[in-house]
Amino acid sequence: MEKAKKGDWVRIYNVVLEPENRAPQVPDDTKKVPLEMWVKGFLLNDEAKKGEEVEVETYIGRKVKGELIEINPYYDHDFGKCVPELLYIGRQLRGILEDGEYDE
Amino acid sequence: MSKDMSYEAVMARKNEIMKRAIGIDYEKFESSGITFDYEKMMRETGYTLQDIQKIQGETGVGNTPIYELKNLTKLARKLAPKGKGARIFVKDEASNASGSYKARRAATSVYHAKKMGYKGVIAATSGNYGAAVASQAAMRGLKCIIVQECYDSRGVGQPEIIEKARKCEAYGAEVLQLTVGPELFYTFLKLLEETGYFNASLYTPFGIAGVETLGYEIAMQFREKEGRDPDVVVATNAGGGNLTGTARGLIKAGADDVKVVGASVNLKGLHMASDTQFNRKSFTTGHTGFGIPFATWPDRSDVPRSAARALRYMDRYVTVNQGEVFYITEALAQLEGLERGPAGNTSLAAAFSIAQEMDEDKMILVQETEYTGAGKHIQPQLSFAKENGVKVVIGNPEDEIPGENIVLPEHPKLIKARDIDLNKLRKSYIKNCVNTTKINKVTEKDIEFLSEDTKSNIDFVKILLSELGVQY
Repeated sequence: MEKAKKGDWVRIYNVVLEPENRAPQVPDDTKKVPLEMWVKGFLLNDEAKKGEEVEVETYIGRKVKGELIEINPYYDHDFGKCVPELLYIGRQLRGILEDGEYDE
Repeated sequence: MSKDMSYEAVMARKNEIMKRAIGIDYEKFESSGITFDYEKMMRETGYTLQDIQKIQGETGVGNTPIYELKNLTKLARKLAPKGKGARIFVKDEASNASGSYKARRAATSVYHAKKMGYKGVIAATSGNYGAAVASQAAMRGLKCIIVQECYDSRGVGQPEIIEKARKCEAYGAEVLQLTVGPELFYTFLKLLEETGYFNASLYTPFGIAGVETLGYEIAMQFREKEGRDPDVVVATNAGGGNLTGTARGLIKAGADDVKVVGASVNLKGLHMASDTQFNRKSFTTGHTGFGIPFATWPDRSDVPRSAARALRYMDRYVTVNQGEVFYITEALAQLEGLERGPAGNTSLAAAFSIAQEMDEDKMILVQETEYTGAGKHIQPQLSFAKENGVKVVIGNPEDEIPGENIVLPEHPKLIKARDIDLNKLRKSYIKNCVNTTKINKVTEKDIEFLSEDTKSNIDFVKILLSELGVQY
């Protein structure tokens, strides 16, 4: 398994509040699950594998402990899949403007 | 030796933590009962409009262009009765340093934090405000932490929020991501206590005064270009700061006759703190889940007294549907050549409908746009909706049920701004005021305050107080 070395940019995970410690006002479905947290930082341990408890220094220099879950984390959001439902809009609008629909 | 960090213990230290993290003694502006001196708070803790213009000018904020949307105006006129169809304009706030009007709010807060000697700033936000604070902090050399409500319990997050995290990290901020829940505030307090950083809350006088330049610029730019003020300004409404600051800026410019309209996306039925409903909404801001509770109880924010008090300034409040906003976002790109993020276009969808009620010689302005890009764009947002079981269909927007479907209007004539009864909101605000303070007798001053805070009148307040069994 891939190991992270000291100074590597990693993502860690933590449980902030267990379900039984959650705020009284939260809805029932939310109360069933813990409050979880993710943060990124430079690994302070000499080396670690995913799943191990580690400490990191965040980009601004704060030290946080948690479970190592990702090494060199990346952003996987993008422009999304094709949404064919949107394709009529531009043509429809140009049609209305050009053809004089609704003109009296 | 070490402090008790349990939820209850940290929440109990709230006031003490906040005092240190904001440096405002809110008690100075409060008197017994309901009243607090809003204008005094804005005056004594804020900056003058000229100060703010200078502060914002130093960091690439403000003086954004106004575009006339000629093709959308033409379209609105084709759909409107003869002689109707106001000219539609938009203030392009996406051209601020961080890509939205929120840079105005962040600029003043971060400047103030630096001036007061804080080493860093913290803000709790999943939206454009995080990017704004991170950007301003980078320019002023302060450290920055952004706390986000980001994932549901499956670890699934909306592409829009993930994009905001990326943007904040690009500016050198630490982004702390959480699952759904109001205990975000608990984490926020712990961070303030641990770091001693400034709370760059959206709701301090600094944050709201920062938006006043937006309203002021609108009046000045219109006078220069068109020789008069616009007739209507539409502001997307969430926590109320956008509308409040803009309206105050208009007033400071002497543009007293401008009607200020709030617009939110209708998310009726979705609980904002629900783990299972979190990813069934396609708008992370500008929706009724914020708009209504904050209008009817502004002081529910992360500071003792919110400077964002939308009811004070709102002449009308309308909702539009998610599908209508996605449609108008596509229309803005296709007809006007402006590709902008959907949340900011909430007010554009409303304006497109309201313009059709107004005469042709009138002018309506949409007071913001926001940046768009991967994640924060109608396509990834609709892809995400589909992946999470929300149906995307083309049809009649009246059939939209938040969390179940998104209905793209089959024709632009179906885009409709639907009125929210302002008196109902005013009543709800007064009721919240009475319930929270647990007061059963109010003074003349309280009544005056309530009528100002709800933009109503003394009689309206008195009738309602009687109904609630409160003596005066």
